[in-house]
Amino acid sequence: MISDSGGSSKIRLIGRRMFILTAAKAVVVFGVVGRLISLQINESKKYKTLSDKNRFREWRFAPPRGVIKDYFGEEIASNQKVFQLHLIPENAENLSALIFRLKNILKMSDNAVSKIQKKIKSQKPWDPVIVSDNLTWAEFSRINLFLHELQGVEPIISVARVYREQSSSHVIGYVSKISKKDLQQKNYLANMKAAGMRVGKTGLENKLDSEIIGNVGHKRYEVNAFGKRIKEVSIDKGKIGKSYKTTLDLELQNLSSNLLKDKAGAICVMDIYRGDIITMVSSPTFDPNKFVHGISTKDWKELISHRDKPLVNKAISGLYPPGSTIKGLVAISALENDVVNTKMVQQCSGSIELYGEKFHCWKKKGHGFVDMRKAIKESCDVYFYEVARRLGIDRLSETARSFGLGDTMVKGFNEEKIGVVPNTKWKKQRIGKSWYLGETLHSGIGQGYWQTTPMQLCLMTARIANGGYDVEPRIVLGEKSKFSLFTEKKKNPKSLEEFFNTEQSKEFDDTTIDFGYKPLFRNQENINFVKDAFFGATNEPGGTSYGSRLSKKEFMFAGKTGTSQVRRITEKQRELEIKNEDLPYEQRDHSLYVAFAPYNEPKYSISVVVEHGGSGSKTAAPIAKKVIKKLLERHTLRQQVHDNYKGEDV
Amino acid sequence: MFRSGSIQSHLTLRDKIFSLDLTLTICIFLIGIISFFAMYSTDGGEFAYHTKSHIIRFIIFFTLFFIISFIKTSFWYSSATIFYLGVLFLLILVKYVGLTSSGSQRWLDLYFLNLQPSELMKIGLILFLAKYYHKISSGDVNKFRYLAQPLLALLFPVILVITQPDLGTSFLIAVGGVIVVWLAGVKMKFFAYLGGLFLLSAPIAISFLKPYQKSRILTFLDPSRDPLGAGYQITQSKIAIGSGGLFGKGFLDGSQSYLDYLPEKHTDFIFTLFSEEFGFFGSMTILLIYILITWRIVNIGHTLRTSFGRLYCYSFATAFFIYVAVNMGMVLGLIPIVGAPLPIMSYGGSSMMAIMIGLGIVMSCKIHKDQSLG
Repeated sequence: MISDSGGSSKIRLIGRRMFILTAAKAVVVFGVVGRLISLQINESKKYKTLSDKNRFREWRFAPPRGVIKDYFGEEIASNQKVFQLHLIPENAENLSALIFRLKNILKMSDNAVSKIQKKIKSQKPWDPVIVSDNLTWAEFSRINLFLHELQGVEPIISVARVYREQSSSHVIGYVSKISKKDLQQKNYLANMKAAGMRVGKTGLENKLDSEIIGNVGHKRYEVNAFGKRIKEVSIDKGKIGKSYKTTLDLELQNLSSNLLKDKAGAICVMDIYRGDIITMVSSPTFDPNKFVHGISTKDWKELISHRDKPLVNKAISGLYPPGSTIKGLVAISALENDVVNTKMVQQCSGSIELYGEKFHCWKKKGHGFVDMRKAIKESCDVYFYEVARRLGIDRLSETARSFGLGDTMVKGFNEEKIGVVPNTKWKKQRIGKSWYLGETLHSGIGQGYWQTTPMQLCLMTARIANGGYDVEPRIVLGEKSKFSLFTEKKKNPKSLEEFFNTEQSKEFDDTTIDFGYKPLFRNQENINFVKDAFFGATNEPGGTSYGSRLSKKEFMFAGKTGTSQVRRITEKQRELEIKNEDLPYEQRDHSLYVAFAPYNEPKYSISVVVEHGGSGSKTAAPIAKKVIKKLLERHTLRQQVHDNYKGEDV
Repeated sequence: MFRSGSIQSHLTLRDKIFSLDLTLTICIFLIGIISFFAMYSTDGGEFAYHTKSHIIRFIIFFTLFFIISFIKTSFWYSSATIFYLGVLFLLILVKYVGLTSSGSQRWLDLYFLNLQPSELMKIGLILFLAKYYHKISSGDVNKFRYLAQPLLALLFPVILVITQPDLGTSFLIAVGGVIVVWLAGVKMKFFAYLGGLFLLSAPIAISFLKPYQKSRILTFLDPSRDPLGAGYQITQSKIAIGSGGLFGKGFLDGSQSYLDYLPEKHTDFIFTLFSEEFGFFGSMTILLIYILITWRIVNIGHTLRTSFGRLYCYSFATAFFIYVAVNMGMVLGLIPIVGAPLPIMSYGGSSMMAIMIGLGIVMSCKIHKDQSLG
């Protein structure tokens, strides 16, 4: 037998040491229990969230954008079916081999491939990467042919923006991929993350973006650790963006765009009572579809290096000295301020010497003795030098501002420029110099510091044509204008023309409060005088746009030409009588024309600007004539749509 | 039923059955039952392979537990050395004919069971050292000659297991051995020396570590280092346990384990699965049962008169506790992932067999406490 050597002392030692171990165990138990409490009770919420994050995966998809239509319901910005190719990295067996294969099938450039690889790295392995968002039918069918060996790739039929024509590229704008800047500026984009999401960049696409964009949809799946979808938990189909009807007339847009073909310039047409922008065209135009799926570097370079800046919406961002088109405004300002009266006569001998400087009239021989009507009709510069001299720049600028110059008028267009309405204070602040009296004279014929957009000139003309009321432009139908607020109140929306014609002669003080428009005049006779002078300029022999008149009574319009110099004409050039078309393109005058039509019952105003197009009567006025003809032909049609429009959503 | 003929006994089977420790037996049984449910859940709520084989194993080894209990302690005492040497032989055998799985050569193919001798060594070493210290007088314990032998007996199997490689099991074997040595009364300073030696050799040891072992340790220090790689297990286990909350997600509703986010859910991470489905109360219940088992073993040891019995029971109780603590600490992210099963709960025959043998010997000590070891 083997004895238990040591006996009880040994057992006592064992017991003592066991006690220490037991104490250590207690510490460990505390540790484990403490950890359990911390994980399962204190931080349970956090881990539940993490567990759900594990479990659920969401696939988000971009909704179709709302459609933008013209006044007659024609779609300008529409949606079309596109074939897309999505790649889900975690589903691919061998990602790099797959990408190589796709590169060959789709003949992708190295640049495109590296972009895709970058994108894959930047997002979760189960988030789809769009390899191509606009496959041709041939590519799409080729992919489908090889699909069985392309694990991880999904051909998808989706919807994308398409612009059917290019006359409205500027006013409609375009959509493109979301940039960092977009995310900063547009808060609603934060929950719009989805593959293939597009955002409006310019024009109406940008202005209406928050509504037109729709709501992102999602599919939520429970997935296992290997990313396999176990079951669909929830699905949200998202919401198609809101569609909009605009005040534009696509047919006039097309006509205007065609008239400006191969020219640089802009045409604006506006309803003088409602402010509805019927035409807003800029030339040259561009293909907005190129931006939808990412413009190529080559195309982009071509666009931005183009002499005539196709991307600029010249109607609201192009700045031009108004030239003689401003003479009506100068006349109104002078008459309203009682500086002169219409009977004032000035002798024009082709030039005038003031303050030691020689100021020229466009007509070298001079106009002889002219009164104000003749001065507007024949566009006598010398007469308006004198008017401006008496009026002063500050009073002129005040009138100009009230008629819509020097401010952004079309709301929501980021690209719109405010232009310059010069005055003494402005010059002091911006240039830091005092105003010279000679500059007042130049300003009196729309030269010098003036900077206006074609839209501003159109609005100015509208405000003159409607009898001097502060109509404001609008482009989106349903947007509350002053007029629509008024007609709602009246509950019996008669046509405003009728309203003006019958009631404006009565005490307008009452009615103006009612219909919301503020009169811009002290004496409406002054406005009417200018309208009549415009009539003379177009419809009486000797008028500057007599050659572009429409003689049918219902088409008769009244307008004012403008020729704005882009350089200073030297004395030498004057003597040589260098013709405008002999000058280098960049030095040629801008051709401008503003008008309203029809004369008897004014309804619309128009402005035409052709960059370096020479004199207003030669280039801009004939274009305006064609637009006006079409515009008036379509008036009845437009009126019908208006009468049937009940303010409902599109 | 079974009647051990070779061993002389004046206790009848009836006596033996009556002197079984009821609390301990019930606790073991309870853990067994709980483990069935857990295993059923790992099988995705089906009565499938893991569940079936776990239940069969439990029945076999629970029976083994009783058989061992009824055999005289003196038998276990006298066969301790042979048991140790036998397992050691198996460990050496594994080196040559062992099965390799996930880069580690640990198993012997016994057709009905893939035996993992390293698991048995956990018990073998404790048994051997308990006997050793029983034999020598307390005065000799701290003599160099008497220190060398246990050290060799400990190091030899530990090194064999480390090189399999199996860091977790070798650690648990070593801990078991060290506990016996500690309880036997070896002076503190020797442990200090050993500790110092260990620290000094750590850099060398680390250079011998396999890359995955290194990364496990680094990952433990910073689980977010590689959340989809080595840190994945810790992170997902913590998410599962934490998301269980107070009452759990419900039986068969543990999304983490269901959707395969939990690795090794039927072996090392069985506690995680249970915690996820039964919450804080579930985890505490299991922890309490394990504490109860430990406490009962210590209590049994307390009543024993031989140093062998006491040494064995105390050491086994402590080792058992450490197995539980290491496993829980691991799944709770308190210590690195080392690959230590949860006694009885985890799927694995060898581990369960070893634990049941260990528990059986404890019970044998209790039943035969009044008999001499001779």
